[in-house]
Amino acid sequence: MSSTVDTIRDLARQDYKWGFVTEVDEDRVPKGLNEDIVRLISARKGEPEWMLEWRLNALRHWFQMAREQGEPKWANVKFPPVDYQDIVYYSAPKKKPTIESLDQVDPEIVKTYEKLGIPLEERKRLAGVAVDAVFDSVSVATTFKDKLAEMGVIFCSFSEAVKNHPGLVKKYLGSVVPHTDNFYAALNAAVFTDGSFVYVPKGVRCPMELSTYFRINAAETGQFERTLIVADEGSHVSYLEGCTAPIRDTNQLHAAVVELIALDNAQIKYSTVQNWYPGDKEGRGGIYNFVTKRGKCAGRNSKISWTQVETGSAITWKYPSCILQGDGSVGEFYSVALTNNRQQADTGTKMIHIGKNTRSTIVSKGISAGHGQNTYRGQVKILKGATNARNYTQCDSLLIGDKCGAHTFPYIDVRNSTAKMEHEASTSKIGEDQLFYLRQRGLKAEDAVSMIVNGFCKTVFKELPMEFAVEAQKLLGVSLEGSVG
Amino acid sequence: MALLEIKDLHASVDGQEILKGVNLTVNAGEVHSIMGPNGSGKSTLSAVLARRATYEVTGGSVLLNGKDLLAMEPEEAACEGVFLAFQYPVEIPGIGNAYFLRSAMNAIRKHHGQDELDAMDFLPLYKERMKLLEIDEKFMSRSVNEGFSGGEKKRNEILQLAMLEPKLAILDETDSGLDIDALRIVSRGVNAMRGPDRAFLVITHYQRLLDYIKPDFVHVLVDGKIARSGGPELAIELEKTGYGSAEAEALQAQHA
Ligand SMILES: Nc1ncnc2c1ncn2[C@@H]1O[C@H](COP(=O)(O)OP(=O)(O)O)[C@@H](O)[C@H]1O
Ligand SMILES: [Mg+2]
Repeated sequence: MSSTVDTIRDLARQDYKWGFVTEVDEDRVPKGLNEDIVRLISARKGEPEWMLEWRLNALRHWFQMAREQGEPKWANVKFPPVDYQDIVYYSAPKKKPTIESLDQVDPEIVKTYEKLGIPLEERKRLAGVAVDAVFDSVSVATTFKDKLAEMGVIFCSFSEAVKNHPGLVKKYLGSVVPHTDNFYAALNAAVFTDGSFVYVPKGVRCPMELSTYFRINAAETGQFERTLIVADEGSHVSYLEGCTAPIRDTNQLHAAVVELIALDNAQIKYSTVQNWYPGDKEGRGGIYNFVTKRGKCAGRNSKISWTQVETGSAITWKYPSCILQGDGSVGEFYSVALTNNRQQADTGTKMIHIGKNTRSTIVSKGISAGHGQNTYRGQVKILKGATNARNYTQCDSLLIGDKCGAHTFPYIDVRNSTAKMEHEASTSKIGEDQLFYLRQRGLKAEDAVSMIVNGFCKTVFKELPMEFAVEAQKLLGVSLEGSVG
Repeated sequence: MALLEIKDLHASVDGQEILKGVNLTVNAGEVHSIMGPNGSGKSTLSAVLARRATYEVTGGSVLLNGKDLLAMEPEEAACEGVFLAFQYPVEIPGIGNAYFLRSAMNAIRKHHGQDELDAMDFLPLYKERMKLLEIDEKFMSRSVNEGFSGGEKKRNEILQLAMLEPKLAILDETDSGLDIDALRIVSRGVNAMRGPDRAFLVITHYQRLLDYIKPDFVHVLVDGKIARSGGPELAIELEKTGYGSAEAEALQAQHA
């Protein structure tokens, strides 16, 4: 008869279902990182001079950082040093760099997305979701463009935005995450290959969810995409992001940057379900997910809400943050991070209160199974001028088995005495008593664990758009399979 | 064939023997009460029957409808018709009562090759049974047992029993912590579930419950063994004399 620990252990033995490789001809640049490579990337993308200069500037800064400090060392994750000269910084399916319609997308790639459950053909799409699909280094398709354009919403690949909306890109690119921000942000600024761009004009409520689906396919490549979302005064937009990668036994680097800007009374909701390949049970392979995401509530009463469900990647280093600059602005961070087998996650948020009457909410749910290590790292900073700022933080950890770890590092920095802060934290184990109770009612051990974990994550899941929430629940179940037996 | 046939059952916890040779036969349609002093092994017996892994069976056999119950995992035992109303029901934060119970019903239905119930089939039945146990409908969407009073938890156990319709229902001190009104409601729920195809093991420390749920047989468990068995009159006798006489007899038997 199986003990609870065995039961739990078995839930972690489940194959990664998104691990296939697509056979497409790739156009890739040689390995390595130097000015010539950056010029090559920029040329491949037919970029204007200012964009190239911006990249080169970032590259020089990155070299300086690499020389002086190297990779950031403060995160609670362990990995051998990355050889940045051993990475291919640009790989694209061999096809026309700009694609006018879906008919021009390589059918193999369309098939890939269908396998992933993301059909690109608009008629098959769930009504109400527009998709931008990024395959390795380039965006391969954006759906529903015309319908959005009627309302003045711009939703396109980053490359197109550089060509067609240079004014907006110049104004906002790097305004929230400058290339000097950190090591990976500098790297991304130098070599980013594509990503999504969104602009929602004044007073427009975006009529559908916008969604980007990222797929790393090629071997030995990194993926460096950049997303920029600008919500003009009084506009609303909800944006979803999903990610997968094939199974490979070497680590692959994903260093993305996401910048959000909300002007007066604007609202941005950004949801992520991250399921990059996590590596195998022994910790071989998997994606290094080193991502900088930050939103600026620039306008009064603006709101930025991050919701993330992080189940994949070998290592996750990610702190979606909010700069609450406008008076009365609101920042939210809802997070579920799961680490199983040898996965490591160091994730959390920063809420920087600058304006008066700014409010922030942080709800973090960390789940550790197998040998997984899960760290919550969060900072709440209340600056001098932020009168009547409020923060609520709730930080819960759930342990499955006895070889995993949960760690919490909250940093609080208050410089205005009117601030109100609330902090709640808990660590619990899935109890033998809970499991037995559910099994006594007829539920299989793995379903029982899944149910307990889903209950634990409920406050975060209810922030996700409906279909995403269902996906997230399933994903959590699958990611935990094998952790009980 | 008996519904439940326990033969010379030995079980221990952390290497310490708690059940020291229990024999008991229960037929469908019968209500058996198991009484006995605190620490005599009543909860241990119910946990073993529900296949809780922390209780190690060291000897004996248990057949449920002729099947080897001791070879079953907890969920198999549940699917085969064993239901345990917990002495201390467990909280499952974030999972609503209705969702939980429907998942449980469907797990059991699936085991028997039946179609799953959707919410439309499930809800009317659930509401009807809630009425029987005088439980407010708001209850459905609350998380399982979270923030429930002791009485609410016990009523929720009986509500689950009423929905899952087990063959063998084990009630472990369902009466403890209940006031007289709650006791009446819970008993009414149990009595409504009595029938020719179902048997009950009603574990209680007090005679009081048996005024409401009339047992066919009463057994007294002392130090891991059944020391005496009889009809309902045995409970009344014990109420007067306490467990002392049963304990004395058990001691005598040991020394004989
Ligand atoms: N999980 C457990 N761990 C250690 N000892 C236990 C456990 N469960 C029961 N026991 C011990 O077994 C004996 C019988 O307990 P129990 O079956 O709960 O008795 P009852 O329900 O009749 O009061 C007691 O001595 C109790 O301390
Ligand atoms: Mg007991």
